[in-house]
Order: sequence, then structure tokens, then C-alpha cells
Amino acid sequence: MRKLFVLGAAAMMTLPSVLSADTAPRDVAFADDGSVAESLTGVAGDPTAGLENATSRGIGNCVACHVAEGWKDAAFPGNVGPALTGIANVYDESQLRGILVNSKKTFEGTVMPSFYNLDDIIRPGDAYTGKAATSPDVTILTAQQIEDLIALLLTFDEPLPE
Amino acid sequence: MRIRAKHSAALASALVIALAGAARAEPDLDAKLVINGDLEMTTIAPAPAHLEGALGDNVISGWHYRDAATRQMETDDFENPAMSAVDEALAAWDTVDGSEGKSCADCHGAIEEGMKGVTAVLPKVTEAGALWSAEDFINDCRTNRMGAEAWDWDKDPMKNMTAAIALQSRGMPVNVAIDGAAAPFWEQGKEMYYTRYGLLQLSCANCHEQNNGNYIRADHLSQGQINGFPVFRLKNDGLVSIHNRFAGCVRDTRAETFSKGGPEFHALELYVASRGNGLAVEGPSVRP
Ligand code: HEC
Ligand code: HEC
Ligand code: HEC
Repeated sequence: MRKLFVLGAAAMMTLPSVLSADTAPRDVAFADDGSVAESLTGVAGDPTAGLENATSRGIGNCVACHVAEGWKDAAFPGNVGPALTGIANVYDESQLRGILVNSKKTFEGTVMPSFYNLDDIIRPGDAYTGKAATSPDVTILTAQQIEDLIALLLTFDEPLPE
Repeated sequence: MRIRAKHSAALASALVIALAGAARAEPDLDAKLVINGDLEMTTIAPAPAHLEGALGDNVISGWHYRDAATRQMETDDFENPAMSAVDEALAAWDTVDGSEGKSCADCHGAIEEGMKGVTAVLPKVTEAGALWSAEDFINDCRTNRMGAEAWDWDKDPMKNMTAAIALQSRGMPVNVAIDGAAAPFWEQGKEMYYTRYGLLQLSCANCHEQNNGNYIRADHLSQGQINGFPVFRLKNDGLVSIHNRFAGCVRDTRAETFSKGGPEFHALELYVASRGNGLAVEGPSVRP
């Protein structure tokens, strides 16, 4: 099968939790509905970086599971998750942050990965080598990558598909 | 050469369809797998009772989820690229190896007779209480009966031989035992099947039970059955063993995978095989 999230060497160097200004994964404050009000970095997200992130196998790879009008040129989007077209009409910023940081707190038991989470990981691996993880503190995405994705999704304000 | 050309043609046509924006195909459940014009294969079978409806009414061979060109390759042994590996194993079957001066044929006779129906019931528990796959039986004969060296679980001589042995069960229903001495292994395998491994926190069931028929990027998710193993993967240009496939799927959840031939994958093999009880043994089959 295709690798879902190939963490390249470059991405590996930006281990998220060691960047002091960021909220560490275990310090993120969730509301009861799973949303996260506060920015993880205090730095505004960049939707262009978000798009790159969402459509790259090496980073967020949201296209593995979602189609969206906002990335209609991406080859072979998957359909394990719902279409994200018009998603800005459905969720606000805090809800989107909650879904991305730890999807399970919004959608119980969901197949969608938790992108900024260190808990309940069974047999963590070292990227896609199949070997054991060398650090227990690796998340799939960095705090800023999450903020960039939120900025992107907030631009998805098309009318909702039927 | 002919095979390679066919493969690229298949890929090219898949690409054209995708670029044209056409909806990608659902598994073609009306397609019928008939091999060499006369061997009709059961590729859809009533789901075994132990699944309690988890896969709906039917279990479905991975063959149905592949594109038409790949499916076609499995219908004719002259087109099936796995058959040259089988030929190598047939030669090995008759070849004396090891300190005892014996070949497989010396004890088992013709492979068509001696290995008939064997793959359909593997893995199984031995009298000594171990859960053994085809690879274990083969290496037991090689080391303890022939005085020959063990074959590596995942190298060609072993994969070739498992393909040749699977072929002697082709068309017979998978029928692994899950009760009695097999029960604890089966429970262990089931537990693994539903465990969400790795940073991506995905279980076998998340992809192959909840999402079969859906696409994960360009990959059309099947039920993850093993009735077609070993499979010839066009991408690898070679045979892939059951444990190698498992190792890849676990690795791709960003997890520390398990070792091929280790106790965990033995248990998982039994459980996954039992999810396909009733499907025809299809090995060696063809996959992208
Ligand atoms: C392995 C598949 C998978 C991947 C990869 C994935 N998602 Fe999801 N996503 C899902 C599923 C399944 C749901 C539906 C939630 C549920 O289980 O009810 C979902 C739901 C969502 C939702 C809510 C949609 C709605 O209509 O309620 C958003 C927003 C979302 N995902 C964004 C993303 C983004 C952004 C990425 C990339 C960083 C991503 N997803 C990656 C599977 C995935
Ligand atoms: C000296 C005789 C001998 C030789 C040589 C031999 N085997 Fe065996 N093999 C046996 C016996 C006896 C059994 C039955 C073991 C049992 O049932 O516990 C067996 C069992 C097997 C089984 C399991 C069959 C089943 O019904 O479960 C396989 C597969 C097998 N052998 C493959 C091979 C292969 C491949 C070779 C050559 C590389 C080979 N054997 C060489 C004697 C031999
Ligand atoms: C992220 C999703 C995902 C997970 C989790 C996953 N697989 Fe897979 N698997 C795939 C994809 C994609 C393929 C290739 C297309 C197909 O046959 O489904 C595949 C193929 C297979 C195949 C080959 C099927 C055939 O007919 O050739 C088997 C067997 C398999 N997986 C077993 C497993 C087992 C066992 C697990 C749990 C340890 C597992 N998979 C976990 C995505 C996954």
C-alpha cells in the first residue's frame, strides 16, 4: 500500500513538543465538545502552507481520506472521510482545531488520525521504517502545521455539496 | 517482457480514467473468476458465523477489488506472472538437497498428490501444540528430515515453494480450524486485528472491515483476505508472503511492526485466514 504520512528527514527535525513557544500536546485544553479555543502557537496560520501540507503524502496527507473543492487538482483523493468542501460553514476555528489535534475527542472512535497527540499510541514506530520509535515525543504534525491547516480549512467556505 | 508491457498498459489506462474524472469503480461483484477456462473459483462466499455480521453477508476475495486488467492476469496460467516462481519450486521439489540425500518428492511423491488440500487448512496446530504455517512445515522437513538448511521465511526459495503448494489447493474452500487447540491462537489473532497500532492509531478492522470498498488515496481497500497468498505483486515484480503483507500494513500505521515468522503474525494469520473460510484458495494470485 501507499504510505500515508511519510515523515521526511526535514519534518523529523522539527519535533513539535520541543519548540518552547508551542503548547505541548499534553497541555492542550479541550472543551467538552472536543474543541480547542486557543491557538497552539500564537502565530497566525498560513493557508498556502496548509494546502501544501494537506495534499502532500509527506506531511498531513488529508487527501488520502478526503476530497475537497479546495484541493480539486490533487491526484487520487480518497473517500474514507467525508468531503471537506464548504467545511468552514460547518465548524468554527476552535472545532476545527479540536478535530485536527485529537479527532477522537470530537468523533468518538473515529478512523481519522489524531495529528497532535501522544497518548494511547500502541507500538509507536520510527516513521515508516517498521522499527520502534526512537523518541516517545513525536506527533504526526507540528503545532504550526495544525494552525496552517486550520487557516486553510477556514477558506473552504463554498456552498455545502448536496 | 510480455507481462511487463501488459502491466504498464493497465497502469496507463487506470491513470486515464482517473484523469478523466470518472468515478472510480466499485468492486465488480458480478465478475466471475474462471481459471484456464474451466476452474470456477468461489470468490464470494457466505460470511463465516464467527464474524457475527462484521463483514455483512459475504466475504469477498481481494480479486474483485482489482482493476479488470489485473483480474484478467489471474484467469490464465500463461498470463499469471507467479507461474515462473512455481516452475522453480517444482524443480526444487524433485531436487535432492541436504545430508540425507533426499528430495521432497522422495517422501511426498508427486506434489499434485502429496500437497493436495494442504494450504486450505493452514495454519494449523501441530501435535506438539505449535501453530504452524506452510513455511514451518517446509523448514521442519528441510532441517529435520533432509539435513538441509532452513529457507529464509521471506526469500524466493520459500515463497516459490509456498506458491507451488498453494496451487495444489486451488479452488478448494479455505477451511482453517479455530476451535480446540487452535482457539487460544485464534483469540490472540482476533485481538490483534482490532488493535489500533502506531501513531496513526489504525487497526486492520479500521481499514479492511469498516472501509473496504472505499479508497485510501489511490488504493481500493479490500477485505484484506489471504486466500490468494502468496500473491504476485506487480509493483514488487515478485511474490509477497502473508507475513510480509502484514508487516507492511502494520508499518504503514507508523508502528513498530512484528517479525515475519514470529508468534504474533502466526496468530494473526490464523485469524485472518478464518475470516476467509469458504473462499476458494486462489494462491498464487496477482495484485497491483
Ligand atoms: C485515515 C483517514 C483520514 C485522514 C488521513 C484524515 N481524515 Fe479527516 N476524517 C476522517 C473520517 C473517517 C472523518 C469522519 C469523522 C467520523 O468518524 O465521524 C473525518 C472528519 C474530518 C473533519 C470533519 C468533517 C465533517 O464533515 O464533520 C474534518 C474537518 C477533517 N476530517 C479534516 C481532516 C484534515 C485537515 C486532515 C489532514 C490533516 C484529515 N482530516 C485527515 C478520516 C481521515
Ligand atoms: C524424509 C521424508 C520427507 C522429506 C524429504 C520431506 N518431507 Fe515434508 N513431511 C514429511 C512427513 C513425514 C510429514 C508429516 C508431518 C506431520 O504430519 O507431522 C511432512 C509434512 C510436510 C508438510 C505439511 C503437510 C500437511 O499435511 O500438513 C509440508 C507442507 C511438507 N512436508 C513439505 C515438504 C517440502 C516442501 C519438502 C522438500 C523441501 C519436504 N516436505 C520434504 C516427510 C518429508
Ligand atoms: C491504513 C489502512 C490499512 C490498515 C490499517 C491495514 N491495511 Fe491491509 N491493506 C491496505 C491497503 C491500501 C491494501 C492494498 C489494497 C487492498 O487489498 O486492500 C492492503 C492490503 C492488505 C492485504 C492483501 C489483500 C489482497 O487481497 O491482496 C492483506 C492480507 C492485508 N492488507 C491485511 C491487513 C492486516 C492483517 C492488517 C492489520 C495488521 C492491515 N491489513 C491493516 C490498507 C490497510
